[in-house]
Amino acid sequence: MLWFILRRCGSAVIVLFLASILIFLGIRALPGDPATVMAGDEASPAVVAAIRQEFGLDKPLPAQYLDYVTQTVTGNFGRSTQDQLPVIDIIAERLPVTLELSALAMLVAIVIGVGAGIVAAIRRGKAADYVATGFGLAGLSVPHFWLGLLGILLFAVTWRVLPASGYVPFSEDPAQNLQRMILPALVLGTGFAAILMRQTRSAMLGALSADYVRTARSKGLSEAKVVGAHALRNSLTTVVTVLGLQLGALISGAVVTEQIFVIPGFGKLTVDAVLTRNYPVIQAVVLVTVIGYVLVNLLVDIAYAFLNPRIRLSGARHD
Amino acid sequence: MSLLEITDLSVGFATEDGLVQAVRDISLTLDEGEILALCGESGCGKSVTAMSVPRLLPPDTTRLSGSVTLDGRELTTLPEAEMRRVRGKSVSVVFQEPMTSLNPSFTVGYQIAEVLRRHEGLSRQAAGKRAVELLELVGIPAPQRRMKEYPHQLSGGMRQRVMIAIAVACEPRVLIADEPTTALDVTIQAGVLDVFRDLRDRLGTAIILITHDLGVVADIADRAVVMYAGRAVEQAPVTELFAHPRHPYTLGLMKALPSAAVNGRLAEIPGMVPSPLSDPDECAFHDRCPRAQADCRLSRPPLVRQGEDHLAACFHPGGQS
Repeated sequence: MLWFILRRCGSAVIVLFLASILIFLGIRALPGDPATVMAGDEASPAVVAAIRQEFGLDKPLPAQYLDYVTQTVTGNFGRSTQDQLPVIDIIAERLPVTLELSALAMLVAIVIGVGAGIVAAIRRGKAADYVATGFGLAGLSVPHFWLGLLGILLFAVTWRVLPASGYVPFSEDPAQNLQRMILPALVLGTGFAAILMRQTRSAMLGALSADYVRTARSKGLSEAKVVGAHALRNSLTTVVTVLGLQLGALISGAVVTEQIFVIPGFGKLTVDAVLTRNYPVIQAVVLVTVIGYVLVNLLVDIAYAFLNPRIRLSGARHD
Repeated sequence: MSLLEITDLSVGFATEDGLVQAVRDISLTLDEGEILALCGESGCGKSVTAMSVPRLLPPDTTRLSGSVTLDGRELTTLPEAEMRRVRGKSVSVVFQEPMTSLNPSFTVGYQIAEVLRRHEGLSRQAAGKRAVELLELVGIPAPQRRMKEYPHQLSGGMRQRVMIAIAVACEPRVLIADEPTTALDVTIQAGVLDVFRDLRDRLGTAIILITHDLGVVADIADRAVVMYAGRAVEQAPVTELFAHPRHPYTLGLMKALPSAAVNGRLAEIPGMVPSPLSDPDECAFHDRCPRAQADCRLSRPPLVRQGEDHLAACFHPGGQS
């Protein structure tokens, strides 16, 4: 098991290394010269040259990359071109907001999606199944921005039960924080829940018709045990895979959702940075996103091994 | 009164094409310590008959009539919660597919202990201890180590022994073994059959053995019921059945045994099994039967006594003694 985790960590490091090269080259392949942008339209060539030298942009590419890597590894992402604040501080401020939103959305998705998927599978072909798959299809088809606006219209304008937008840090006032986060989390989690529902349903249908479920019934176990232990355990691999794969969609969803609800998170930071050509911020945002993605997939792989003894034990054999 | 009595059992399944009648008017009895073979080809209704006892057929589509009693207690009308106390405790099942019948995500030990904790109320430790004894009973070497292993680490024969250990854990009155040796190598088959014989001798378990292999029937069963197209066509003690088969279908099955091959070729029964969707009043076997005559098409031959303790459903039976 330990060997399995170490191997996965090793490949994660390689992925991060390759990603850093791509980000580095990608930024430099963008049209326009960052030094010119930073200096402004009216700057003299001497100022541009000075900026270029200050940021090391006059060095050859490999040297620039080495600078970039050593700085990044030591936690120095440079300063924002907008307000000259260290990028690391901006990220440290914004990232927890998005992490909270994503975690809440994921919680919504797992509770609704997995729950509805199990019910739909057990009640296959009955009313509950049609209701669940119907909502699933609707949840998949509805875009975030529309659902967000509809949510604001209903909950904030018509019924006046939730605030329309804004953000209060959890550490300041947990109740206010959750009150403001619940609608964005529901909006962001809905599409995710729909995907999870469909995948859970089909995985559970497969598991419920498996021979080992018949064996479990023949033991006289309760339906709760047959479904909740024997069938669900074997469906979880699918659920975990979908969770990992959908993380990218969750991040892009967070960008849109934060924009609608005016939440000062990572997504909003990204949009603002792109709009103001804030290169150091964009570069850091992409890298942090990649790290998040790689970490989640690492966790998914480890979760696999826990769920599936065949993976876990084939790894152990190399010890 | 016999331990298990099945009376006039008919089982059908609702499908898009209409009601498929899998079993028609089966009656049979099973005594304590008896090994009864249900034989016939695929689709003849032998598994459906047996699975009606623990009610392991899909509840939504199954249409069942008739009676099944265990120790005089009617099982077909028992509430589901009561039935769950019967399953795995008084009536247990060994399924045909050892490769897929165990849950891949749980250890062998857990899957055996589970049934003990469910029915015997044993603690985790006590159930685990008993599970080791059971693995030993079914002939698995190094049971302590096997307890912690997962099904994919075991061979097919080992898995089938684990299934048997689960089935006999609560010392059931009736054990249903659905083609328990079909998926196994011939060399492993004999060992598994020995486990059944041993259980019957030691615990007095009555066994319903579902098989299409007459070799297995001859090896282990006391009595056999031959089924064709959802009906019992012949029923007799095994020695009597093999010595004096009456129904032409039973005879055909015996000729299809490898030991009965002529010039190295197995005899096959010509023709096809009739569709379970219709049920005309005639002998279902007549168009495949070498002995068929005009009257076989006019009415269905009833299952009647044709010798001591020997029933057959044929107007023109063979092998009169």
